[in-house]
Amino acid sequence: MAGVVRGTLAARRRREVLLGIAILAFLAVLPLGISNVYLRGLIVLALLYAGLSQAWNILGGYCGQISLGHALYFGIGAYTSTLLFTRLGISPLLGMFAGGLFSGLAAFLVGLPCFRLSGHYYAIATLVIGMMAALLAANWDFINAAEGITISFHGESWADLAFRTAILPFHYVMLAYAALIWLIAWLIEGSRWGFFWRAVKDDVAAARSLGISIYPSKLAAAAISGAATGIGGALYAQYVGFIDPESTLDLSLSVLIALPAVVGGIGTLWGPLLGAAVLIPVQQLSVAWLGSAAGGIDLMVYGALIMALALARPEGLVSFFQARARKEAAGHG
Amino acid sequence: MSLERPLLETRRLFAHYRGLAALHGLDLAIAPGEIVAVVGANGAGKSTLLRAIAGQVAISGEIFFDGAPIAGLAPHRISRLGIALVPEGRRLFPRLAVEDNLRLGAYARRGPERFRPLDLVFELFPRLRERLRQRAETLSGGEQQMLAIGRALMTAPRLLMLDEPSQGIMPRLVDDIFAAIARIRAGGVTILIVEQRLAETLAIADRAYVMQTGRIVLAGAAGAIAGNEEVRRAYLGM
Repeated sequence: MAGVVRGTLAARRRREVLLGIAILAFLAVLPLGISNVYLRGLIVLALLYAGLSQAWNILGGYCGQISLGHALYFGIGAYTSTLLFTRLGISPLLGMFAGGLFSGLAAFLVGLPCFRLSGHYYAIATLVIGMMAALLAANWDFINAAEGITISFHGESWADLAFRTAILPFHYVMLAYAALIWLIAWLIEGSRWGFFWRAVKDDVAAARSLGISIYPSKLAAAAISGAATGIGGALYAQYVGFIDPESTLDLSLSVLIALPAVVGGIGTLWGPLLGAAVLIPVQQLSVAWLGSAAGGIDLMVYGALIMALALARPEGLVSFFQARARKEAAGHG
Repeated sequence: MSLERPLLETRRLFAHYRGLAALHGLDLAIAPGEIVAVVGANGAGKSTLLRAIAGQVAISGEIFFDGAPIAGLAPHRISRLGIALVPEGRRLFPRLAVEDNLRLGAYARRGPERFRPLDLVFELFPRLRERLRQRAETLSGGEQQMLAIGRALMTAPRLLMLDEPSQGIMPRLVDDIFAAIARIRAGGVTILIVEQRLAETLAIADRAYVMQTGRIVLAGAAGAIAGNEEVRRAYLGM
């Protein structure tokens, strides 16, 4: 009889993987049908944020620990990989994992004191730590302070993950990144850690009374989430070719990383991708169309849209699909 | 009352809850396989007693489980030793499916054996089986209580503590819950129950403790306490 519980989980997870493969195939051929370079760039950015937001979702969505400081892990990943590449000549293909390692470690260390705090205090603490880090970086000469670092270009190369004219390679790099982080989230969903985290998110006292130790659960979620974010930061650095504290450590970036998951559906497998697919184009297009108009209209339009989405779908865009799936399941039962 | 080798024993147990002294030097013992009821008026400290044993409130004094001291251990360690609490208000994971709530009960243990209690859970509460995919928050009050008990059973407890299991449940289902409790004991699980419904509780219990303002004022066979008019009037307000 125990097979019953395991069986339905396996079926549910198989469906997710099949859907994932279908979406991956679609996204792999999508740019081939698009010649507009601006549009292609938009998709690359959306894929990056799908991965970043999924990374945030591992901690914020599944474990319920809302971080407003994920730019720190993004920045550590970006700087680690960039410094290894520009100063020591180590390929970003390796550097991004070194970046992920440092970011994961940083998230763990931030968690050590901050997970002693409960509820919203964790969010506030991460916000403050993130802002302090940005300030320190802007004054730290070893990493060129506020001037930033330009990654010099020595020709197109997969080994150096360097492409200037072609956008297509980065499409596949970011797609691979988004797919990798999705896969990690999928693995977590089915693991006992994934269940622990969701229990911690829903009711800490109840989780504890079932034998779940809370503190290590949160630390593990933070480390994985931070590492996944750091890899994205390294890829971003290679894509743009230039990093400075403002573009990789700013508070606004922490918000941008969290938003797709929140709007798309927090704590769900598809929320971050869905949120990024909607938010990134809207954000970029509102800048392109309205950015030159009187100060801040683009941000107002963007903000109004997010509020409208939140009001219409408080559980995220993904709930639109879930409601249909539930109705179908109920019909069968 | 002398017990040869109690499964659970408290010695001079004091607890403070929200700044107030809630337990005043409680001595209590439960033998393996017993159903023991703790009764008393509201505010007598019954819930605090269960929470103290589960490690959820600060205490002083001693608690022994199967001979080993457990006072001061973290709640998750106490749970892993085999003490499960079905708390007041059930504390389910509302957004998780029924099956995921059950699974979480088993996950703190390792190995393929950890899902074995599921057989018992489905046998006791066949309704849960029909609602495996539903979110816990969509269940009726009675079904939620079944799920809370089922989730606690998934931790494979040796001592199951129930706090007001009949609260907020339609009368028809209350009988089912009490029948299930008797069956759980028949399966070898020791039970400590706190309840407002005296008649039903004392009918399935072996022994009972009567609590008043944080102290045990009376202990004895459940039948004797149920039949004692004076006790009922003085302590239980009926």
